[in-house]
Amino acid sequence: MNPYEIRKDFPVLNQEVNGHPLVYLDNGATSQRPQVVIDEVKRFYEQDNSNVHRSVHTLGERATVLYEATREKVAELIGAPSPRGVIFTKSATESLNLVAYAWGRHHLSEGDEVLVTEMEHHSNLISWQLACRDTGATLKAVPVNDGATLDLKEFERLLSSRTKVLAVTHVSNVLGTINPVADMAAKAHEVGAVVVCDGAQAVPHGPVDVSALGCDFYAGTGHKMCAPTGVGFLWGRESILEDMEPFLGGGEMILDVWIDRATYNEIPYKFEAGTPPIASVIGLGTAIDYLNGIGMKAIHDHEVELTAYALDKLGQIDGITVFGPKDAADKAGLVSFSFGDIHAHDVGTICDSFGVAVRAGHHCAKPLMRKLDVPATTRASFYIYNTTEDVDRLVVALEETKKMFGDGGGIPF
Amino acid sequence: MSSLEELYKEVILDHYRAPRNRGRLDGAEVHLHRDNPLCGDEIDLYVDVVDGKIVGLGFEGKGCSISQASISMMTEKLKDLSVEEAEGLATTFKQMMQGDDPSEPDKLGDLIALQGVQKYPVRIKCALLGWNTFLEGVKVYREKHPDASS
Repeated sequence: MNPYEIRKDFPVLNQEVNGHPLVYLDNGATSQRPQVVIDEVKRFYEQDNSNVHRSVHTLGERATVLYEATREKVAELIGAPSPRGVIFTKSATESLNLVAYAWGRHHLSEGDEVLVTEMEHHSNLISWQLACRDTGATLKAVPVNDGATLDLKEFERLLSSRTKVLAVTHVSNVLGTINPVADMAAKAHEVGAVVVCDGAQAVPHGPVDVSALGCDFYAGTGHKMCAPTGVGFLWGRESILEDMEPFLGGGEMILDVWIDRATYNEIPYKFEAGTPPIASVIGLGTAIDYLNGIGMKAIHDHEVELTAYALDKLGQIDGITVFGPKDAADKAGLVSFSFGDIHAHDVGTICDSFGVAVRAGHHCAKPLMRKLDVPATTRASFYIYNTTEDVDRLVVALEETKKMFGDGGGIPF
Repeated sequence: MSSLEELYKEVILDHYRAPRNRGRLDGAEVHLHRDNPLCGDEIDLYVDVVDGKIVGLGFEGKGCSISQASISMMTEKLKDLSVEEAEGLATTFKQMMQGDDPSEPDKLGDLIALQGVQKYPVRIKCALLGWNTFLEGVKVYREKHPDASS
C-alpha cells in the first residue's frame, strides 16, 4: 500500500494548520473520512433517505437493504459466524454498556466478581463499576505491573468460580498493547465467565476474528475506521443474545405490544430500539469496503513499520519516555510518551503550532495513568495515510518543544 | 509576536520554571484539593487568613505550564490582600480570561501576560484552575467565619 496515494482520498488532510501542512496523528481518538464515505452519506440523503425496516415504499426498501448490507460487512470483517449477532449502537461505549445493562444487571449478584484490567478505557470500566454497584457484585482488576502488559500470573490467580465476567480490551488505547485475548478467554471460560472484549482500537488497524478470539461479546466503533461518527457495533454470541433481556425499549425491538407487556423481536433487532443512525451505518459499510480494498493485513503491516520508525526516532530524543511495549511488532500503531517534566498539554499545544495534531491527556484511562505515575501522556497514533515524513514532522515539533521548555530552563530531564 | 509566543510569554515560563510559594502551608486556615479532569491537573491550595487578611498562600500539585504559572502568579498577587480584595481580583482575572471586560483592569498587573491563553480555548481551564480553587476557598472561609465582613 502507498500512504501517499491514500492521503489523496482524504480531503481534510489537504490543508494547512497554523501555517504548516496538517500532520494528523490523533487517529486513536478518531480517524479521518475518505471522500467515498463522505460522498456515500451525501448520496444516501439525496437519493435514498428513509427509515429502515418499517416502510413498504421503495426508498424504505433501499435504505433497509443498504443498512442490512453493512451488518453483513461488519460480520465478515470481524469473523462473526453470522450477521444475526451484530447489533448497531451509537458507539463502542454504548456497546459495552449494553452488555453491562442487559446481561450484567440480570446475571450478577452478591458474591460474584467482575474482572476488568488496569488498562481498560473508562467505557469498559465504569460500565462494570455501575453494574457491580447495582447488583452487589465485586469488581477486580488484572494489574499492569511492567508498564506495558497485563500480569497474566495475577490474572490466573484472580480467576475463580466467582468470576462471572472478564472485561478486557483487545488493544490498549494508551499503551498499544495487544492483549492475549484468546488465551485469556479460554481460561475465563474454564471458570464459566462471560468474556467481553473492547475492540475499538483493534478493528480499524488489522485483521480481527472474534471466532478465533473466543470471546462472547466484542465491541467496535465506526468513527475510528473511516466511517461517520454516531455508529458503533456489538457482536454477541447468538446463544447468549437470544436469552438476554432487551436494552432499550421502543420501536423496532418488539414483536407485539399490549398496554401491560410486550414480546420482543428476534436478535439483533431486539437490541435496536429507535431509529438508528442510518446514514452513518451506510457510511460504515462504505468505509469497510474502502479498508478491505487496501487490505487489513496491509494496514497492520504499514502501522507496524511506522510505529517501529517512530519508536526509533523518539528514542533518540533525550527526555522522551515511551510507555507500552518497546517492540513495534507487539503493539498497535501508536506511541504514548512523556517528555521530561513538560506537561502533555504543553507538548500538544506546541506540536499543534507546527501543524502536528497529537492527543494530550489521560486518554480516558485514569487508573492506568496513576499506575504509570504520570498525570497525562502525549500520544501519536497512526493510520493508513500517515507516512515516515509525518513522524519526522513530529520529531521537529518535539525538538522545538524542548527548546522552549527544556534547554536552559532548568527543567530536569 | 506569534500566538504561541503570546501564550508562552517569558513571565509565564519564568513562573513555571521557578514557581513561587510552592509547598504546603501547615496549619493554613483553608486547604482545598481540586482536579481538572480534562488533563489530569491537580492542585492543593493552602490559604492562611488572619483577621480577614491573607497572610500566606502555598500550593502543591501537577500540571501544565499554564496552570502552574497561573497559580504561582496568583499566590504572589493575593498575598497581603483582604479576602474581599482578593476575591475581587480573582473575579477580574476570570473576566479577562473569559473575554469579558475586567471590572478592575488596573489591578491585573503582570497577570495580563496570561491573556494570550484566550486564543487557546481548551487551555483557559488550565489558567483558571488555581483561581477557581481560590474562590471556592473563600466560600469555605466564610462558612467557617460567618461573622467575618463580606
